[in-house]
Amino acid sequence: MYAIIAGAGKVGRNLSRELISKGHEVTLIESSRACYLAIEEEFEHAVQYGDATELWVLERAGIQRADLVIAVTGDDEDNILVCQVAKEKYLCDRIIARVNNPRNHDTFKLLGIQPAVSATDLILRLIEHEVPRYGLVHLLALEEERLEIIELEVTDDAPTVGEKVTDIALPEGSLIISVLRGGSGFVPKHDTVIEAGDEVLLVLDPGLEDAITAYFAPNGHAATV
Amino acid sequence: MFVLIVGAGRVGSALAKAALAAGHEVSVLDADPLSHERLDAGQSKSWEEAHGQFTVGTALETEALVQAGIERADVFIASTAGDNTNLVIAQIAQRRFGVEQVIVRVMDPARADWYGEQGLKTISPTKHAIEMFERALQPKAA
Repeated sequence: MYAIIAGAGKVGRNLSRELISKGHEVTLIESSRACYLAIEEEFEHAVQYGDATELWVLERAGIQRADLVIAVTGDDEDNILVCQVAKEKYLCDRIIARVNNPRNHDTFKLLGIQPAVSATDLILRLIEHEVPRYGLVHLLALEEERLEIIELEVTDDAPTVGEKVTDIALPEGSLIISVLRGGSGFVPKHDTVIEAGDEVLLVLDPGLEDAITAYFAPNGHAATV
Repeated sequence: MFVLIVGAGRVGSALAKAALAAGHEVSVLDADPLSHERLDAGQSKSWEEAHGQFTVGTALETEALVQAGIERADVFIASTAGDNTNLVIAQIAQRRFGVEQVIVRVMDPARADWYGEQGLKTISPTKHAIEMFERALQPKAA
């Protein structure tokens, strides 16, 4: 695979190292002369000096044959531009953009720059995962497909404790896909009995969070993302 | 007409004053509060006394655009110092707020051309300067 990475900050440099070590071809583009000179010795021909939002710089890096363009500069406008041009002008199939300011997330979406990854959002998800009082954790939201995967810890007072999976009448649009118990996970069978302290993973249509929480953690609070 | 100008540099501020003098309603948005001085410079009345509007804020943030009146803008002009900022906010004006006439300053001729082909009205001062220099270089017809 050939990847072009715009921005040789910590993220860009480490991504490049990882991809190169996995045998991929990488061109890292950096617009600061000082930063370029500092890493040139390590990356040699895999780093180029230039502004990745300039079309000729992207062409010099061979964007026409790139399989993946990743924009991870510290500037959201630049990341949007690089990805928009890669996708719409050079018809690159796969783009990934970094969102520096989470308030710009909507703009990335508006201009079709997906996936757009924000460190703040990722850390927020982790906090939700680590803080059990939230009860319900969003593991994955597939916005395009309108599905989400959530995790819930079953509380002692849950109406489903002691019930077989097959006997639990979950709302339409929800399904238990996994149960984590005693440190290991398994896919439940129809006669699996839910126990207090289990962590259940469900796939849901969006909007069913509150209804589902009532089944497994009636006094928990659904976290909002 | 209601004209919203983002970026009160040399171009933006001169344009704002000209549009106001031509009888349009003009709102200016700039991240730097001191840029207001350019709107007052050389005028007998202050920008506000002349019924101009000025908002301090970052155009990438929707609230600032709304505060500056983008929802009722007929014309949107992106004239900040950054090409990429201009191109992104112009697309926000066009796609999210449906502003009818969107004009973008893009210094880089290559980006100006490509985004022009995508339906944005781009103006590239660099391109015009190159053309003018080229013309100045041509030998005068005898």
